[in-house]
Amino acid sequence: MAKSSSLQKTTLSKGVKVTFTVAADEEELPSDDDDEEAISASEDEEGSDDERKHNKLLEAISSLGGRKRKKQSERSEASVQVSEFAVNAEGTGEKVNLSDLLGTVEKNSGTSNKTKKQLRNLQNSKETLELPLNKQQTEKIQRGIAYEKTAQEVSCWNPIIVQNRKAEQVVFPLKQEPLGPRRVEQVVAGWKVQTPLEQEIFRLLHNNSQPVVDPVLTPVEEASLKAMSLEEAKIRRAELQKARALQSYYEAKAKREKKIKSKKYHRVQKKARRKEFLKQFEDMCKTNPEVALEELKKMEMSRMTERMSLKHQNKGKWAKSKAIMAKYDESARKAMQEQLQMNKDLTQKMVVLSDDEHESKDEESETVPDFVNDPEPIIDSVNPWMKGRLTREQPEVRCVTPEEAEAAVEDNTEEELLGEFERKRRLRQADEEGSTPAEEKEHASEVVVEENEDVVEISDNEENDDKEEEEEEEEEVDVSEFNSLFKLMRSEKTQEGQEEDGEGLLDEGPIRVQNMEDLEVLGEVFEPQPTVAPSRPQTAVAEAASAPTKKRNMEIDLREVLTKEAKVINVPFFPTVVEDEHDEQISIIKEAFAGDDVISDFMKDKRKQEAAARPKVVDLTLPGWGEWGGVGLKPSRWKRRRFRVKMAPPPPRQDQKLPDVIISEKRNASLAPHQVSHLPFPFENTAQFESCIRTPIGPTWNTQNVVKKMTKPKVVTTMGAIIEPMVKEDFIKSRTTTPAAKGPAIMFSGDKGARRGAKRPSERNQRRSQKRRK
Amino acid sequence: MAAATPEDSSSTHVEKKSKQKLSKRYWEESKNPEQKSKPEEEPSKPEEEPSKPEEEPSKDVQIQNAATVKERSFKRKKGESDQPVKEDPFPGQAPIPTERLQKFRRGEKHKTPAGAGRKLKEAIVFSESVSELAQKQAARYDLLLPEDAGFLEGDDGEDTSTISQDDIADAVDITSGSKYFNLDLSQFGPYRLDYSRNGRHLLLGGRRGHVACIDWQSKELMCEMNVMETVNDVKWLHTEAMFAVAQKKWLYIYDSKGVELHCVKKFNDVLKMQFLPYHFLLATASATGFLQYLDVSVGKEVAGIGTKLGRLDVMAQNPYNAVVHLGHANGTVSLWSPNQREPLVKMLCHRGAVRSLTVDKTGMHMVTSGLDRKLKVYDIRAFKPLHSCFLPAGASCLSLSQKGLLSAATGDVVQVYKNACGSSTLSKPYMAHRLRGQVCGLAYCPFEDVLGIGHDQGFTSMIVPGAGEPNFDALDTNPYRSFKQRQEWEVKALLEKVQPELIGLDPGQLGKVDRASFEQRHKERVEALGFDPLAKEKFKPIKKKKGRSSAGSVEKRKRKVAHEDQRDVIRQSVQEKMQRQKEVEEKSKEKRELGMKTTLDRFRK
Repeated sequence: MAKSSSLQKTTLSKGVKVTFTVAADEEELPSDDDDEEAISASEDEEGSDDERKHNKLLEAISSLGGRKRKKQSERSEASVQVSEFAVNAEGTGEKVNLSDLLGTVEKNSGTSNKTKKQLRNLQNSKETLELPLNKQQTEKIQRGIAYEKTAQEVSCWNPIIVQNRKAEQVVFPLKQEPLGPRRVEQVVAGWKVQTPLEQEIFRLLHNNSQPVVDPVLTPVEEASLKAMSLEEAKIRRAELQKARALQSYYEAKAKREKKIKSKKYHRVQKKARRKEFLKQFEDMCKTNPEVALEELKKMEMSRMTERMSLKHQNKGKWAKSKAIMAKYDESARKAMQEQLQMNKDLTQKMVVLSDDEHESKDEESETVPDFVNDPEPIIDSVNPWMKGRLTREQPEVRCVTPEEAEAAVEDNTEEELLGEFERKRRLRQADEEGSTPAEEKEHASEVVVEENEDVVEISDNEENDDKEEEEEEEEEVDVSEFNSLFKLMRSEKTQEGQEEDGEGLLDEGPIRVQNMEDLEVLGEVFEPQPTVAPSRPQTAVAEAASAPTKKRNMEIDLREVLTKEAKVINVPFFPTVVEDEHDEQISIIKEAFAGDDVISDFMKDKRKQEAAARPKVVDLTLPGWGEWGGVGLKPSRWKRRRFRVKMAPPPPRQDQKLPDVIISEKRNASLAPHQVSHLPFPFENTAQFESCIRTPIGPTWNTQNVVKKMTKPKVVTTMGAIIEPMVKEDFIKSRTTTPAAKGPAIMFSGDKGARRGAKRPSERNQRRSQKRRK
Repeated sequence: MAAATPEDSSSTHVEKKSKQKLSKRYWEESKNPEQKSKPEEEPSKPEEEPSKPEEEPSKDVQIQNAATVKERSFKRKKGESDQPVKEDPFPGQAPIPTERLQKFRRGEKHKTPAGAGRKLKEAIVFSESVSELAQKQAARYDLLLPEDAGFLEGDDGEDTSTISQDDIADAVDITSGSKYFNLDLSQFGPYRLDYSRNGRHLLLGGRRGHVACIDWQSKELMCEMNVMETVNDVKWLHTEAMFAVAQKKWLYIYDSKGVELHCVKKFNDVLKMQFLPYHFLLATASATGFLQYLDVSVGKEVAGIGTKLGRLDVMAQNPYNAVVHLGHANGTVSLWSPNQREPLVKMLCHRGAVRSLTVDKTGMHMVTSGLDRKLKVYDIRAFKPLHSCFLPAGASCLSLSQKGLLSAATGDVVQVYKNACGSSTLSKPYMAHRLRGQVCGLAYCPFEDVLGIGHDQGFTSMIVPGAGEPNFDALDTNPYRSFKQRQEWEVKALLEKVQPELIGLDPGQLGKVDRASFEQRHKERVEALGFDPLAKEKFKPIKKKKGRSSAGSVEKRKRKVAHEDQRDVIRQSVQEKMQRQKEVEEKSKEKRELGMKTTLDRFRK
């Protein structure tokens, strides 16, 4: 009985094994092979029982009469291994119960207690075993693992990438080796003794204390190496000549052959070429597998194209015409057949003979994902089927996250609540603050005369329709106000009389004439006058508005700007008596600009500009809607207020506080295409970016070295040099093992070193090419 | 410093006299640049000086003792003398005075923000390091500009303005003395003049048609002619090989041999001209009120602006930002760029017409004089008057030198003022010179202490000590350049030509981010192009045959399309409305929920 249990185990394992091998070799090996292999294996194992075989043979012979075939395959006795072909499905209906098996285990003292316990547990448990995962899921898991693995593998490049990105300048090719033959020390510096033979040699060399410091190859030698001898050069030239001649012959021949029009000739040629090629290919397979593989790939490619195209499939015009003729014409049929044969030949799949062990191994490793070979953490130690599963832990994780998320959300809600309260409180405060000034404003617009901090403009008054009229009025008001100011000044001057002229605004010489009326007054400038004499009909209006307008001008004191103190300068060649000349000056000025009114003109101009810049109020009232309309009827006040869209006020003008300056608010649109309009990547605000480009880089503003440094190119390539991709060994290993690699100071004779130096790059190249093929 | 060195050296090595001497020389050589770099410190701290170098070497020796013990022992073994190894008493690079660093500072240093990303940090750190290096290097190389301007100093109680030109010419060396000269040209009326940018060549234009160009230092006449027309103004172009003459009707361009190269008939009645050297623009102001810009590198009119401000006979340029200043009869000064049809700034400067104006090299100050006989100095960055003064005769011509000396012509007297742009008001002239006729043109010669005066009776070259910039940039304006150098410079300058679009009040505007909104930019684009590139094309019905393109059917088709479009618009607007409503509802819902919650809810789990 014990035997039977063991038997079962072995068969099981056997089955597994077989399937694996099949899976592995499915692609290249014919399936018959491994069957044979399996059989032979079983034979090897049970080489002892010849008797049984003999019996079998006998039975087979006896049954040749052929009645009961089934009977012969019946299992008669337990054996270590049973061929799977001998197993029949006799007891299919009945299930093998665990108890059946366990009974034997209990009795058997050989089995360990542990297994017994496990089995007992298994018996007690009512759970059915879980199904192994379906294909998609397993594949998904596999892909995940593969991704992780490759990600980890690739991550070793990270520091190098970061370093290269950070570097101010990268010079390509990265590994620049000096040209020409190098000295032995240079070649040997990074080289390690590896094979025992080499070690032996170097020990010997060490013992004999060969020269260490002095170069084995002297500079003279180097120079001689560089230069070529005459004979050598001659030989080289002859070789080249020969090669050129041969090439020209070959070209001529090819041309001649190309001109031959005979189809048969070409066909024969082609066939011959193919044959030759095949022969070559076979040779290549043995001698140079790499090239052969490449050839094979080419063939594969041609096969693909053939499969894609409709060529040689008797679909063309010619083929159709031939098909009609085929019934009667032998040659036509033949031609069609030929075509089909060609297609078949070309589309036939190539069978690769795997003679190279390494390659087959490689391929195996490619087809089977890596993790299959890895020792995996066994979750369920008993069940081998559950090895592929990894999902056990995931639900737990998922269980955890929602809780955390909930907690986080709760925290957030609390914070939000608090924030909301804060916001509300602030809003309320702002409302309280904001409402009062607004009210004040409204109040002010109604009561103009009241003293208020806010600047009040009459034009702000909404109710006034006749705006233009009002503006004119305003101008006049301003002008008149200016006049009054002047008069005020004059009166002050007269009061001061002949007092010392030092500080104060009034000792300046000429006085601007405003208009004709003032001109008349000019004659009696220095005579005392009553303060602010109303000389115009509008002055009443002016006075009415003077209080607020004066307020406005308090900020921008025109007086100070336009009649700034002017010091009189005595000039050596000009004995000037300024006091005497004042009258004369005034008279001259009077003559010169009798007509114009400079200041008011300027102010008008400025006001016009300001008005133009101010956004217009959009009036959307439709007269006649909801009420009577017609000539002389205006829409009601309520309506006007309701349908007038007020625009947001523009930002304060640059010249707001400069009364004698008008600064254009227009944008310089022509500059815009040259400016940066979008903030470039790493910068977060314009200040950062602007500060980064504030230093000019041109040679006009910098010294030569600084210019060079500032305009250093990010990438430098050497002309004509091949830029190879980075090789892992060169960078990652060298980074980790550089201090160790520097160590050996090995010396040996010169030519050996040279050879070694010459060999090394080729080795590296090979490695590289292999890597690329992968 | 030199006195301190022997002590110092004796303290370190006592025995060997010969060596000591050698070391002394070594000391002095090494210290000379150091001395130059700190001229202010020396007189102020005579006691501290000797102690300082003593300390430093001793320290160094200590450090060196620790560091180079091995080295010394090695040398000893080799059998060399066991004298201590000499150390540099001032290790590292020479320090740069802060004032000089300040001179080359460009803007504020920007600190890396706290939460910045790696790339941003790197970018900022790199740019900061580079700009600091640039600043330091520039400050270090400033040492190569040793020349300084000096002024005329009078004896006690002597007014410098009374010193005559003859006296000055006698007192100074022959070469400088020869720079005071008169050209007697009484025949062809008041002269206008212009110096070439490097100050070597002088161009004279008499009102009655006399044009001459002279290498004024060697007094070599390059060409002379009479154009047989009124000459309003003359101006050198970018090199001394070409000049422009504003004649009675047109603008002419001649070469230095006097051959007429162009007659630009697009520019008529030109009264004043200015040449913007870095833009290769010739700005002209005409009697008809037009301000025109001619690009002399391609011969194209860049902009022609009708100022509508009357006759333009007062003109100056701001060398800092290439903005042209025009003075007008109504006492205003307007600032113009070729990119804007209206003045950038208009300021009321005088009560009468503006007679003359000039702007200083740094673009900070503008000086104007008007018919009201005032002379005003403005800060044109803030557009505020700094100070004004009253000149009894009024200034007809003004000119500012490279070093900021202001010259004003009042009648037949030329006055020169020092510190015109300073904080103090003008008090009395620094120099004065009376001429034989009314002054018509006034210009300082660049890189020379010379003021050229064109007047009724010819031309006078006047010596004004301290007027010119003593250091010149040989790559930009080299007074001593050869023919070949000039050619090379011309090519380079053309390559580096600044486009006229970049002219504006703030020349640093280009280095700023354009913050205009998309709408605004689009509007500008539409204005520039004359059509809207993003506008939807108007539907144009296809012409169908066989009578199917009758007016009625075409109209029908049109209406169909219009209807579809309208439907689209309506659909979109409805969608938007719905979305907005939804948002509002959500907000209100949130509010309601929040409103229902009490303060105690936060404790609920």
